Amino acid sequence: MSFDRIREKLSILADAAKYDVSCASSGGKRSNTNKGLGNNTGMGICHSYTEDGRCVSLLKILLTNHCIYDCAYCITRKSNDIKRAAFKIQEVVDLTINFYRRNYIEGLFLSSGIFKNADYTMERLIQVAKKLRLEENFNGYIHLKSIPGASDELMRQAGLYADRLSVNIEIPTISGLKLLAPDKKHEDFVKPMTKVKNEIIQYKEEKKIIKSTPRYAPAGQSTQMIIGATGESDWDIMRSANYYYKKFNMRRVYYSGYVPVLTDNRLPSLGTAVPMLRENRLYQTDWLIRFYGFSVNEILNDTHKNLDVDIDPKLSWALRNLNLFPVDINKADKTMLARIPGIGMQSVYKILQARKFRKLNWSHLKAIGIALNRAQFFIVCDSKDFYKKELSAISLKEKIVKNSSSKYKKLINGQLSLFS
Amino acid sequence: MNAQTILLYDGSFDGFLSCVFVAYDQKITSPIIRKEYQTNNQLFTINETIITNRQKANRVWEGFKSRTKPNEQRGFFKAFLSEIKGVENTLFSYMRTIFSNPINQHIDFGNKDILKITQVAKMVDREKHRVEAFVRFQLTKDDIYTSTVSPDFNVLPLIVKHFKDRYADQKWLIYDTNRKYGIFYDLTSVEIITLEEPAKILPNQIQNIYKKQEVDFQKLWSTYYNSVNIKSRKNTKLHVQHLPKRYWKYLTEKNIRE
Repeated sequence: MSFDRIREKLSILADAAKYDVSCASSGGKRSNTNKGLGNNTGMGICHSYTEDGRCVSLLKILLTNHCIYDCAYCITRKSNDIKRAAFKIQEVVDLTINFYRRNYIEGLFLSSGIFKNADYTMERLIQVAKKLRLEENFNGYIHLKSIPGASDELMRQAGLYADRLSVNIEIPTISGLKLLAPDKKHEDFVKPMTKVKNEIIQYKEEKKIIKSTPRYAPAGQSTQMIIGATGESDWDIMRSANYYYKKFNMRRVYYSGYVPVLTDNRLPSLGTAVPMLRENRLYQTDWLIRFYGFSVNEILNDTHKNLDVDIDPKLSWALRNLNLFPVDINKADKTMLARIPGIGMQSVYKILQARKFRKLNWSHLKAIGIALNRAQFFIVCDSKDFYKKELSAISLKEKIVKNSSSKYKKLINGQLSLFS
Repeated sequence: MNAQTILLYDGSFDGFLSCVFVAYDQKITSPIIRKEYQTNNQLFTINETIITNRQKANRVWEGFKSRTKPNEQRGFFKAFLSEIKGVENTLFSYMRTIFSNPINQHIDFGNKDILKITQVAKMVDREKHRVEAFVRFQLTKDDIYTSTVSPDFNVLPLIVKHFKDRYADQKWLIYDTNRKYGIFYDLTSVEIITLEEPAKILPNQIQNIYKKQEVDFQKLWSTYYNSVNIKSRKNTKLHVQHLPKRYWKYLTEKNIRE
């Protein structure tokens, strides 16, 4: 193959794929049994990091950036005047294998612009995965994009070779989708998701009876939403995310701050800052819902449609519910401990372990590693010295913000000064 | 005044365990255990060089194994591989606690030796993981995927399984340039080797011993690395936090000049 040509294609098709946030390589256990290439232990490895601080774990590329659609937010949309390229199937296979052998990557994340139609494109993606598994005896990680509108039969095949499948819904609301991607229908996104979900459930059932049932997408499915491209609130986004977690058993929903790459009067103008802080607050909320036992409506609701930018969502919730505090560290149950600002799940488990042996005081808590600058106002422990409820929620918030340093301080000040 | 006994050993794990055996055998209560090539400038000491004896070492290790859990054994070995000065004495003191307590007795985790060993084992584990992530192979003319490393701790014994399982169908060599030995997989098993001229396999020797297409793949990788970066999200602090500068020397993508 001609290296110069491959190199040009690689730079075009990697550049176009980089707005896909997911780079997870975990959860797809696949052992190397017959002296093949690759052994996936189920633990991901980040082999490098880009200058924006993101993990590089997979070879993340598009098969082609030719596309029949014209979605406003997408850099490869039909009407955008950019260089187009397409890989041959064998080229992707060769790149993956050669990168993997040199320990550059954990596997492949293959997506594509849609050429001709959904099924034609999906079939190509499957061919790459199939070749890697069957001809190259490759046990590394494969993440394939499910093309909206692809047939059930193809989605079934895709899951047999891939570890993870994903469809990006991109726009959190149906009205937003109509505005920015008029040729795409919401049902087209839902169709492959439903099929994958059902196949995974069926696989788990059959596995109980027949042990040799061929595996289906062991690392599950995920999706992604663009944040800040249309005017939706954080409440809209989290309700939507929650719907996909519940309805389709998603492993992950990713939130991707919109990077302005195109001029379009429906979208934020070029040069608008990427909403990185908002993205961070949404991930925090996502974690609170998945691991800390919160429901969406406790954090976001009709009266609080957007997350605070200057404090984290748990602290914000606690300040609205001061009547539930202070919590006694030595008595409270796990769920309530997890709701104290400044205490993460790891600290919760450490507290539960440690208090079996002795009553915990401030120095114990400090050693465990909780963030006392926030937590001290919400707890009592084995000490006479504790915060007496004397400040209103607003003054308490001011006090905490004043005494803490956030890596986002610059951003927060910048964003706040817009309103003052 | 009693002179302090110093037991010197060859630096191997079996050698260290042999020292433990001798300490028990000769009832030396608080010896200092040290590698023989580490200098000693203490006065009033008795130096005794211990010859590594596999059988004795095995007896100590079997005894230790019967009284501990597998993760404690792994932690113990990892802490040994840290090669931190004086770690042998902490390990010895910990072993004494294990041997003097009845089997299966609950051990106080406030014990300072355990705390120290757990911490050191964790450091070694992180370094192991980084080497697994940051090793970059280059293909030589005789079809061996080769890499040189110089890790903070002696982690090669810990990474053998990972690389053997992963690259079962290719010959590979990972050479520790600091400790002057490497692990080599010849398609059936992994062996420890030493090279007379390790400088020959350094990455900058690319024209001499590496395949011609090797440069092309390195350039492709570097192209990929640069293309996936989103410039408007640049975050140098986070970048360096994940990818400390001392590892950059391994990384193809950080060393290719276009």
